[in-house]
Amino acid sequence: MTIDLSQFHQVFFEESFEGLGVMESGLLRMDPGAVDGEEINVLFRAAHSIKGGSATFGFNDIAAFTHVMESLLDEVREQRRQLTSRSLAVLLSSIDVLRAMLTAASGDGALDNALVARQQQELEAVLNNRESSPVIEHCAAPQANSAIDQVIGWHLVFRPLPNMMRTGNDPLRIIRELAGLGELDVKVDISLLPGFEQFDPEECHLCWDLHLHAAVEQARINEIFEWVEEQCDLVIVPLPGKDPASSTSNDQDVERDAETPRVSLVPAADSEAERHAGNERRRTDRRENERTASGAGSIRVDIQKIDNLINVVGELVITQSMLSMLGENFQMGQLERLKEGLSEMERHTHELQESVMQIRMLPISSIFSRFPRIVHDLSNQMEKKIELRLTGENTEVDKTVIEKIGDPLVHLVRNSLDHGIEAPAERIAAGKPETGTIELKACHQGGNIVIEIRDDGSGLDPERILRKAIEKGLVDSETQLSEQQSYELIFQAGFSTVETISDLSGRGVGLDVVRRNINELGGTVEIESKPGRGSAIIIRLPLTLAILDGQSVSVGDEIYIIPLLSIIESIQVKPDMVNLIAGRAETCKLRGEYLPVIRLYEILGVQGYRTGELTDGLLVVVEGEGRRCGILVDELIGQQQVVIKPLEVNYQRVDGISAATILGDGSVALILDVPGIMRLANATPELRVLQCSA
Amino acid sequence: MASILAVDDSPSMRQMVAFTLKGTGYQVIEAVDGEEALNYAKSRNVNLVITDVNMPNMDGISLIKALRSLPGYKFTPLLMLTTESSSEKKQQGKAAGATGWIVKPFNPEQLLSTVKKVLG
Repeated sequence: MTIDLSQFHQVFFEESFEGLGVMESGLLRMDPGAVDGEEINVLFRAAHSIKGGSATFGFNDIAAFTHVMESLLDEVREQRRQLTSRSLAVLLSSIDVLRAMLTAASGDGALDNALVARQQQELEAVLNNRESSPVIEHCAAPQANSAIDQVIGWHLVFRPLPNMMRTGNDPLRIIRELAGLGELDVKVDISLLPGFEQFDPEECHLCWDLHLHAAVEQARINEIFEWVEEQCDLVIVPLPGKDPASSTSNDQDVERDAETPRVSLVPAADSEAERHAGNERRRTDRRENERTASGAGSIRVDIQKIDNLINVVGELVITQSMLSMLGENFQMGQLERLKEGLSEMERHTHELQESVMQIRMLPISSIFSRFPRIVHDLSNQMEKKIELRLTGENTEVDKTVIEKIGDPLVHLVRNSLDHGIEAPAERIAAGKPETGTIELKACHQGGNIVIEIRDDGSGLDPERILRKAIEKGLVDSETQLSEQQSYELIFQAGFSTVETISDLSGRGVGLDVVRRNINELGGTVEIESKPGRGSAIIIRLPLTLAILDGQSVSVGDEIYIIPLLSIIESIQVKPDMVNLIAGRAETCKLRGEYLPVIRLYEILGVQGYRTGELTDGLLVVVEGEGRRCGILVDELIGQQQVVIKPLEVNYQRVDGISAATILGDGSVALILDVPGIMRLANATPELRVLQCSA
Repeated sequence: MASILAVDDSPSMRQMVAFTLKGTGYQVIEAVDGEEALNYAKSRNVNLVITDVNMPNMDGISLIKALRSLPGYKFTPLLMLTTESSSEKKQQGKAAGATGWIVKPFNPEQLLSTVKKVLG
């Protein structure tokens, strides 16, 4: 029976990536001067597990690589080696390489073999500094095949020591195994048995004289006695004989040797090659590989959440059967009970919805946990002293949000480190503590999750930003902007600052992409700053991507949903608020600000709209990508939660529309993408929306 | 059929061992470390224990030593999972009372044949 080992691969990869995480955080916490014994043990065991598993499941390169790491850690834990900062650094970078190897082995990306070889060499160099003897990795087939005499059999005298059985070794078993090799003559010798009174049944005082008629090598016999080597007296001599051993039986023996557990021979090596050669996946960021490998298709859920779910479903079933009983012989007198039942149903459905959403929620710590390493590496690279503070790691977020917010966060933190925090000397000169602080904070606020990245660095310089924007042609030189508006400029496409090619996040992308990514998640990102004191980036995200809190509005016969997150307020326009600027651009004056007006029916081509004059309809003031405008609609219908149904599945992507939903009466309503609508309005020549409001 | 206690802190190894042995008809109980294994062994007798060496809370060798002191486990076969290069561990294991060892990495067939030998 051959067992397919690949069914265990998924678990192996998951546990190995976890193990790598444990190793990484352990190493980051470690102080070379004061190594905690138990901590080192934890690290050793993690490496040992990965090594064992990878060898067992056929990933021999990974096993060999991890073996060197394990040897290093073994020496440290046995106190035969000091943990220097060099070895610490090499171990950390080895973890990266190992991660890449595991990712490639799980089929998600290509592997830079040269990098692996270099890293392994470095590891070995560190290991060998100690002049410890090279570790024997794979025992070659130990048996010497040279002296294949004409062996016809063996004569053995086997005398177990009295306590041999106490290790669970049964002489009978051993003899049976011998008998499996060929014809066996057994003679027992009871001469050493003590008298009845002294006889201890737990001891062995028997001795055997065995003649094995089998043309096997001595090594094969040694193997059978391997476990009890020290617990018996054993004499083995070849049987005298003139028959030459048949070559076929010798071959068989060699084969059997090859099967002994000592040779690290695993058939699954082929499948590894297949995986490398065959699978073509798109090259993605290492972090994404790690996430896909560990996140694709599976999620760890707190059992409490599952129990909640089961409870709610239970209640739902009860209510449903009550309703169906009512429905069977319904009389008008039971109307009240029917209504009660229906409202209970609604409550339970709502609870069910919440419970299920809870299941997809994971603590944001899984994202936050990578930042100590990133900050550690970057601060070394930039020669700045930076402390990272994490708050609210237990805040729970939808799994998809976690998967997609990682990269944008990395870019933003990298930005803070790069441009925010000053070099130590500068900080001291400014009267600040030498070590800068970056704070990553997550919390729930209303129906959203808020993530903040705060630094106590130099803050944003609005004049410098404006100058740069003018330089890059993003705004014209005459433009006057408020401080806040200048900050918004850094999110413009093309504003990308110095091309710092950091290998941590891969691409040197601009903040406009970051903002777009966040917008696609239904969130917003804002920036606050105090020159000289620091800056803060505030990201707001909906708790779930599947459901949206929206305001439904009507234009003509059509109903649209505007995400509540984007809405500031809704107003009725009074005649004195209306202004026409430079031709046809309509604006509405609100509290001193001139809001560009977007007539939704014009943008979306809706017929049958009822609002001709601004003052006839309602203006929904929205904010998107740092800009504000007012969207003219006929009526406000109400606020509700809608289920988001993507358009791409059944139709295609539409500008200005983020998704669709099905309303209670079965009709379809489109969900507006506020920044998209603003872009559409910009694009239409007759409706040039002003870039800024004074 | 015989019952086997499989002890390893690595989920994938446990899965592989359990699956292999169950497939042949053995009853398999899994434990994540020596402590869990010892607690189980105290309440129920098994016919064979296969244990990894490096585990948190209680390592394999300590487990073997503790098992041997239990009256029901004086002669039970106790096998260690070791790596090729650790002859030291093998000695320690034997001193603690281990019956023998299975060398890692092993494939399922090797595991099965060793178990069959030991359980008869």
